Order: sequence, then C-alpha cells, then structure tokens
Amino acid sequence: MTQETQEYVDFAVTARKYKTLLTKKYINRKVWNEPSPYEIQSFIPGTIIQISVQEGQIVKEGEPLLILEAMKMLNRIEMPFTAKIKKINVKVGDRLPKETLMIELEPVDE
Amino acid sequence: MTLKKNILALRQKKAIVEKGGGDKAIEKQVAMGKMTARDRILALLDAGSFHEYDLFVEHEERNFGMDGKELPGDGVITGTGTINGAPICIYAQDFTVMGGSLGLKHARKITKIMDHALKMKMPCIGINDSGGARIQEGIGALAGYGEIFYRNTMASGVIPQISVILGPCAGGAVYSPALTDFVFVVENISKMFITGPNVIETVLGEKISQEDLGGARVHAEITGNAHFYALSEMECLDQIKELISLIPHSNQFKAVKVEPKEPSFPKSIENIIPADPKQPYDVREVIYALADDSKFLEVQELWAPNIVIGFGRMNGDTVGFVANQPMYLAGVLDCDASDKAARFIRYCDAFNIPIITLEDMPGYLPGVDQEHAGVIRHGAKMLYAYSEATVAKVTVILRKAYGGGYIAMNSRHLGADFMFAWPGAEIAVMGPEGAANIIFRKEIMEAEDEDAMRQQKVQEYIEKFANPYVAASKGYIDAVIEPLETRELLLHALEVSKNKDDYRPAKKHGIPPF
Repeated sequence: MTQETQEYVDFAVTARKYKTLLTKKYINRKVWNEPSPYEIQSFIPGTIIQISVQEGQIVKEGEPLLILEAMKMLNRIEMPFTAKIKKINVKVGDRLPKETLMIELEPVDE
Repeated sequence: MTLKKNILALRQKKAIVEKGGGDKAIEKQVAMGKMTARDRILALLDAGSFHEYDLFVEHEERNFGMDGKELPGDGVITGTGTINGAPICIYAQDFTVMGGSLGLKHARKITKIMDHALKMKMPCIGINDSGGARIQEGIGALAGYGEIFYRNTMASGVIPQISVILGPCAGGAVYSPALTDFVFVVENISKMFITGPNVIETVLGEKISQEDLGGARVHAEITGNAHFYALSEMECLDQIKELISLIPHSNQFKAVKVEPKEPSFPKSIENIIPADPKQPYDVREVIYALADDSKFLEVQELWAPNIVIGFGRMNGDTVGFVANQPMYLAGVLDCDASDKAARFIRYCDAFNIPIITLEDMPGYLPGVDQEHAGVIRHGAKMLYAYSEATVAKVTVILRKAYGGGYIAMNSRHLGADFMFAWPGAEIAVMGPEGAANIIFRKEIMEAEDEDAMRQQKVQEYIEKFANPYVAASKGYIDAVIEPLETRELLLHALEVSKNKDDYRPAKKHGIPPF
C-alpha cells in the first residue's frame, strides 16, 4: 500500500549510497537553513497589528519593529541590533504562517 | 398472568432503548456511510454471543434543559461476548444518541465493563464514535474521561486493550485510545485530533480539513497513532478478529496454539536478499519464508516503514517479528522507527510473546531534523525495551549490522538469547567505505591513485572485518548459519527457551526515555 508509484533512489547513509524508496514523511521533512541575523521571521503564526518602521530607516537595537498578534497575545518584535530596514514584506492586517520573512535588514556603516 | 405482562413490558422497554437515537438518527448515521453501534458489535462478535448490560442506565444532569431528557443507554452500549470463542468485553459509543457525547453515566458504563475485563482477564474492545464531552454535564464529563484513562493505565500490560475509531474522537477523548495497545482506523470515517480545524483556524489562521488534520491515513502514516488501517468498517472488524486470534488474552496466558504449518511462500529464502548490500528487497518476504503458513499480521504498516513489526506463528505459537526494511530509507533507524519498535517489543514482553529480530541496517538516519526531533531519546527507547524484555529474544543478522544499530537490534550485549548470522553478514563498527576512509586515511592520501588505493583498502576491510566471523570469534554470534537452516534453528531456539527465567532487580518501575 505504501509503494504507490515510487522509484528507488540513491540514499546516502555515511559513506555509502543505498538504493531505496523514500517515505512521504522523509520527503516532506523540514530542510535546515542556517538562520540569517538579517532576516526577521515570524516565530509563531499570527496577524500583523502594527508596523512601527519604514524601509530605509535606521533603527536602534531594542526599538520596536512591529506587533504580531498570536494566541490572543500581542508580541512586540524588537530590533535585534542596530541596522537599516532594507525591505518590509508585510502590511498591517496580514495573517502569517510560522517562519514568514517579515522584515529584511542590512548593516549600517559605522 | 402478571409475569407474562411484566415480560411483555420488559420487551417493550428494551425495544425502545435498543433503537438508540431513533429511526431518523439511524438514517443519518447510515447516510454518513457508518454502521450503527449495535450493528458493529453484532458484526464483530460471534453470532448470538453478545449480552448487553446497563441498558437502562440514565443520566442525572438537571441543568441546561437536560432534566427529563431521555438518552437511551446514555449513548453507549456495553456488554460481553466472544470472538472465535474467546470471551471479550466490549463497548460501543452510539452516535445516534446526542452525538455519542460522553457524560458521567456514559463513562461509568465504560469503566464498569473495563473493571470487569480486568477482573475476569479478558480483552477489552472500545468502539469510539463520539462528538466528545457532553458540555451540559461540565466537570462530570471530564471526571468520566479521567476515570477511563486511569483504568486504561491500570489494565495496560495485563489485558489487551483495543480501540476502534469509527467516527469522530476529538479533544480529551483521544487519550483513551492513545493509552490502549492497538488503535484501528477506517478511511473517511475515523477522525482524531486534540483541537479541531475550527480552533486551529481561529487561533493560528491555518486552514485544514478534518481529513488532512486527523483522518485515518494521517494517523496510519504520519503520526503513528493508529496501528491498523482499513478501507471499510467490515475490513476493520476482520482485522480485529485476526489480531484477537493471535494475541494472548491476558498476561497470565499464552495465545491459543494452532496446528503448525510449514511456510508456503514460493520463493526460496536463499533468493530473497541481494548479495550487494546497497540493493533493496522486501524483508517481509524473509518473514513469509520463516513463519508458519507464511502468515504475518503487520502492525503499523504505513508508519515508519523502514522497520517492520508484527505477529506470526512458529510451530503454532505466536511470535513477534521486528525487522529492518531495506526497501524504505535503506532500513535505517530513526525517531519513528525506534519509537515503533520499542513499543512493540514492550507489548510482546508484557504478554510473554517471544521476539524474533531480523537485522539488516546501515545505521541511524543522519539529519538536522532527526537530531532536533530527539533521535537520542527516541533511539534510547529501543535499547531500553530490548534490554528490559525477559521473553525469549532471538536475532538473525541477514546482511548488514553496523555501529549503534548493531547494538540496538537485540544484540548479545542487550541480552539476546540466541544470535545467528548468515554467512554474508557484515558486522562492523561502520560501513567498509567509511571505516577504510578513517583507518587508512594516510595511505589513501599519500597514494598516487587515491581512488584505486581507497578501493583496495575497502576490499581489505571487508575481507578482514566486515563479515560474521570476527563477532563469532568473540562469541557475540552463537552460530553462522545457512539461510535454509534458519527456520529450523529458530524453532529449536524457541523450543529450548520455553522455560526461560530471567530476573530483573526489584523496583517499582524503570524510567524509560518516554
């Protein structure tokens, strides 16, 4: 029943490749991406209530970026370090899934 | 004359209650493609064997318009009967009575039949088809669930507990099935979740259908909550009958022995496994070639298919098989596979079912997702389960046994009673390529032709180490055997293990890495 129309693929376990089928769960697994400090992602699904910054603005560490409402809580998302707002990908009222890229940052010249 | 009158009155009273929610509600149930609770019980049990109790139990709720409201049987049918002659206790929630909602009296009917099953040492089968807690009863409904969970836990490992999900089973209700030994689901009919699609959408904005969230296939393939998956209710009932025929009916008895039959699988056991350790095959064929009459009842077939578990018979007695499946993910161990095998091993141990382990595995599944999902603690469950088990434990190494997986798959070091290996078995700390790369790193790097040198060193490693004879020379393997001898040796090993006595230090209970 599990076979469906799958094909045997090369599957590496340590130094050797095995011919085998993959499971749906394996194919759909979350592939790891190294988090970038310059990308502000939603840590929980929710709704954007307020955006306090604009593109191009230099924002100091600790200042508010936006408010993400999730599970009836208003989460204040703060600037992790002083940087410039490169791009804002969301607007007030947007409902976001988890790990949506909300704001992109770029370093400021000292 | 009065007796006759009384008898007629009883019959009338019974007839009314036995109709459950009445014709209209039954029509609706049938329109959903579902059988009624009573029909399900009658179809599962031997003809004429069902006897019902607590038919006239009534709820006592007085609030929210419940006063004077009649709920036949309080929405659940309970009783005893037989399956192929074996006595069992059974209850079935009746969706036609107020959506099968669970109130205190409904729950008390269930706990009463569970207590009976535990006292009389017989399996308890619960058919779930309920909208959940009866909100009008408030805390009474919660008390009812709690009392059921407590009994599920008390009965765990003493009598078999089977949950059949034939309708919705949501919120707290899901935890009774989760505490039982085997959960049966049916395509398009079973729905199980803690919080339903409506709540998920309101709170998180995630839109999902009931089927995609907690349908039969999801629990059979993704979550592992279900053990048996069927396409129809009748197929599901047949699966239950087959399982009941294979398992002991309490931890004090053995499963019913049947007339032994030689395997009938047409392929020779010598022709199933490719010699090249990189090539896949279906390990279930090896089980068919070994088990009586080539019959094997697989458990959790769709979930973590990289390990195969299930019941078969050897010389007429029930045994549990645990086998790596090279056809899926090369047969690696991962979080789900370890979880799946560990629970099955503990089931077999609790019910005195010997375990036959067939090993052919390249190691653990590498990956960030695995490490972060806790492959350390999940993998440890398997070590715990094998070490803890005191039933007869026999292992046959079919082909590969590398590294931590070699230890985990019921090795001598975890207390295996018999360790056999086929002559092509590679028992080593890792695959030859990996080992050669580390041990002969310098030679390979310094060689003019690195690849040729690597090939030569890999070959050297295979000849010297990746074989069954190193382990055999240390007594870790009891015998290197020919594939054709396997069944005979397994039968013998089980025969001489019949009176096995293996003591464990006294303790309240261990602390397995749940």
